[in-house]
Amino acid sequence: MTDILNALTLLANFLIIPGLTYGSQLALGALGVTLVYGVLRFSNFAQGETMAFGAMITILVTWGLQSIGVSIKPLPTALIAIPIGITVTAILTLAIDKVVYRYHRERRANPVIFLIVSIGVMFFMGGLIRFIIGPGDQIFFDGTRFILKAQEFKEMTGLNEGLSLKMTQAVTIAIALIIVTAMFWFLNHTRTGKSMRAYSDNEDLALLSGIDPDRVVMVTWIIVAALATVGGTLYGLDKSFKPFVYMQLLLPIFASAIVGGVGNPVGAIAGGYVIAFSELILTFAYKKVLLYLGPDNLELDSLIQFLGTDYKIAVSFIILVIVLVIKPTGLFSGKTI
Amino acid sequence: MSFLLGEHMTGGYGATDILHDCSIGVEKGEIAVIVGPNGAGKSTAMKAVFGMLPLRQGRILFNDQDITHLKPEERVLRGMGFVPQNQNVFTSMTVEENLEMGAFIRTEPIADSIAQVYDLFPILKDKRRQPAGELSGGQRQQVAVGRALMTHPQVLILDEPTAGVSPIVMDELFDRIIEIARLRVAILMVEQNAKQALEIADKGYVLVQGHNRFTDSGEALLANPEVRRAFLGG
Amino acid sequence: MAAFYHQYRNQILFSVMAGLLLAVAVIQGLSVSLTILNLCLISAIMSLGVNIQWGYAGLFNVGVMGFAALGGLAGVLISMPPVSEAWQAGGLGIVLGLIITTGTIAASLYTWSRVKYSKRQRYWAIAGIVILGYALLRVFFDPSVTAIEAINPSVTGYLGGLGLPILIAWPVGALFAAGVAFVIGKIALGLRSDYLAIATLGISEIIIFCIKNEEWLTRGVKNVNGLPRPVPYEIELQQAQWFQEWALDFGMPVDDASAIFVKICYALLFIVVIAVLLWLSETALKSPWGRMMRAIRDNETAAAAMGKDVTWQHLRVFTLGSAVIGLAGAMLTTLDGQFTPVGYNPLRFTFLIWVMVIIGGSGNNWGAVIGGFFIWFFWIEAEPIGLWLIETLTSGMARESAVRAHLLEGAAHMRLMTVGIILLVALRYAPEGLIPEKKRQ
Repeated sequence: MTDILNALTLLANFLIIPGLTYGSQLALGALGVTLVYGVLRFSNFAQGETMAFGAMITILVTWGLQSIGVSIKPLPTALIAIPIGITVTAILTLAIDKVVYRYHRERRANPVIFLIVSIGVMFFMGGLIRFIIGPGDQIFFDGTRFILKAQEFKEMTGLNEGLSLKMTQAVTIAIALIIVTAMFWFLNHTRTGKSMRAYSDNEDLALLSGIDPDRVVMVTWIIVAALATVGGTLYGLDKSFKPFVYMQLLLPIFASAIVGGVGNPVGAIAGGYVIAFSELILTFAYKKVLLYLGPDNLELDSLIQFLGTDYKIAVSFIILVIVLVIKPTGLFSGKTI
Repeated sequence: MSFLLGEHMTGGYGATDILHDCSIGVEKGEIAVIVGPNGAGKSTAMKAVFGMLPLRQGRILFNDQDITHLKPEERVLRGMGFVPQNQNVFTSMTVEENLEMGAFIRTEPIADSIAQVYDLFPILKDKRRQPAGELSGGQRQQVAVGRALMTHPQVLILDEPTAGVSPIVMDELFDRIIEIARLRVAILMVEQNAKQALEIADKGYVLVQGHNRFTDSGEALLANPEVRRAFLGG
Repeated sequence: MAAFYHQYRNQILFSVMAGLLLAVAVIQGLSVSLTILNLCLISAIMSLGVNIQWGYAGLFNVGVMGFAALGGLAGVLISMPPVSEAWQAGGLGIVLGLIITTGTIAASLYTWSRVKYSKRQRYWAIAGIVILGYALLRVFFDPSVTAIEAINPSVTGYLGGLGLPILIAWPVGALFAAGVAFVIGKIALGLRSDYLAIATLGISEIIIFCIKNEEWLTRGVKNVNGLPRPVPYEIELQQAQWFQEWALDFGMPVDDASAIFVKICYALLFIVVIAVLLWLSETALKSPWGRMMRAIRDNETAAAAMGKDVTWQHLRVFTLGSAVIGLAGAMLTTLDGQFTPVGYNPLRFTFLIWVMVIIGGSGNNWGAVIGGFFIWFFWIEAEPIGLWLIETLTSGMARESAVRAHLLEGAAHMRLMTVGIILLVALRYAPEGLIPEKKRQ
């Protein structure tokens, strides 16, 4: 019995909690990609850099707050800096839309042109971020590190294995939940949200119904900025902030969006968790779990790992390929939000 | 002077004109039907009236005002409703949401209007929570008409509303269209099923190659042997 | 004036480029200028490859660097001498591993094509085969990898290559890239256009990740140095009697002369390749096949309606373009004389190649070449120019000013930003590029 509990604790500590955390971060990113695809109809390669930009602004504000002694301990100060991060990021995305995307939209350019344009935007933003904050690692986490320490858990339960819950993990999961709920409420129950869905569903009919396309586009960019800032900040809090890492997030984010069905918000969230858990399940070393569950004399000399931890990134790609081969429309087929 | 009038319309999408000095009009509470052989410019004429076709000559008058240069969206604001032939509902949204989107430009409460549409099309009330994409062809057409009615238009323009529906559904739809006309709405529609359409029409326009060929009351056109022979299959 | 430009546009543009390189030769030295020229030539070949995909067919490949890395890998595998101890230690396991992998793929494909009656059964069967194959692979492969990597890790620690002349690696690199491109194209083409972009982004990240991590094959981050050359070594030249006399005639120190001579040799090799590729590309573009490709690009639906197999044609052109990129990758490794996996930045250089094609003129081979030249030239020269600019602009500030230090530090990143802006501006104001595609009736 204790062995089973120990094994479960191991899984919870190294699979479930990290999976939920990482999945939430991916889900927020994939939601942004899906919204842009649903409303503006192109794959936004600048999503990763938008997340990095939002996180950067939040970090700068956090540093400012920290320097004047503001603190909301045990929560990280960055949480109160997020609204400013969102505002600045929204201004940037709106400005970029006005200067860059709008021209091509008015000419009804091919989606591939938009994609290339978004890569141009990506490099512009990447340069801007590195120019402002530099390419290095930035630490901005403060507040209490652990909600539950492994040692405390062991003492509480008397088990061999510890279960720890980091503050950043709890915050990530909670905030992602709030944001996602708020977004669905917005899309399904407000006039503006419904008009976005209508525009995404049938642009011509939306115009005939008197829906203002400029407004829909504007609201979309603001929401994308909010999702990106929150996702980027949570990722930075949980791991660390390094501009390059956000570029590498692009592949898992796209994989999440496609697995769920591009353009479908429910799919994007599901896709985020699918990718996150697949990564962890495939790169987790099951040796200890098996030792607990197996017979007492069981001896294992390998780690019992499907894939080296280094190959995390390959997981999202493999899943992406499988989905493209078997069901290109994704789990929740849909092209509209 | 008609309530809605497209006068001497000439124009097309590219270099060649599709419409040649074509005129079409409809009064309040009246049903006007455009019929004609394939490629006669029926849909084009209707689109021209709604501002979806650039005109080289002619003008569009609505309620005694010249609206020739207004965009389709602006015409919706002035009180014109349009039901496209294809993709005329938001498939991923529920029936009720479709109706709400139809009333997007209105700021006052819309519960009454929704109730009115449900009175007209009772089946939609049962299906109100269902995505419009899951409905049958005829029900979808009802949603499409209902959506256009949500703005309380003074003119309703329909592009082949009975395309692809069964004869029974077609009769039912025509009955509803008559009911809508009784609410003092002017109705202009293009129809493939010329005979049935002319039976309910107060006014009929027979177009051939972008020209007005015959213009008369529906009844008179049905009685006209030449029209019968050439366009109604005897 | 404008008419004159239009008539002699190509000549003018190439003369301007030659003038720029000459200016560099005068200001920074002939050697620097030749280095830039050589990389310009390789860039031009890569952008020819991208132009085949984008310009002819409208296919967007985000994985240029992955395909180039495959070409570089070919350089190592063909030209480096085999490490016999490593082969003894783990060669058998690696070969077995290869057989198992091939067997697994073959079995999966066979199952895929034969079991048609039940989709679900088919998926489970394939999953079973893959898992079994993977487990077998790990059993035989892992110990061998460990054994190979343990052998003299500071010098070898990998299997080495075939010890053949490196020029053979050029077509082999093209083949490698073409092979991977075929598989990726098979998966992603025929779906929505942006799936190809995302899939190529993925494959290039995986390729680069693999060559960084699979030390038994590539030595990973330890790099493979000292690849054999297709041209003479400087040291040999310096000792050769004829060369010393020759250098004397030119009045150049023998050291400098040998370095320049080697670079000129490379340049000549590259020019031959580029000339052949240009001739082939131009011929292809003018052929009925080229016309069909452009017809497909401009109106896919209409072309499909006329009975053209759009997906198959796309697959062909995508594979072909990737082969050219792989060739350029092998050439790049040859020029460098080493294989450095960390040097392949999946997105950054891909993006640069893209800018070359778009600035040069999508759909025009000469445009792709001139774009390759110009953009590489400015990419290299932007750094000194940018530094100089910021130095000048901030010269009024105090030496130890923090703002000045930050700006100088940031100058390196301005380059990327500038290229981003150049692309955005080009797409908006000059989408046709320097040498627009010739519109034929």
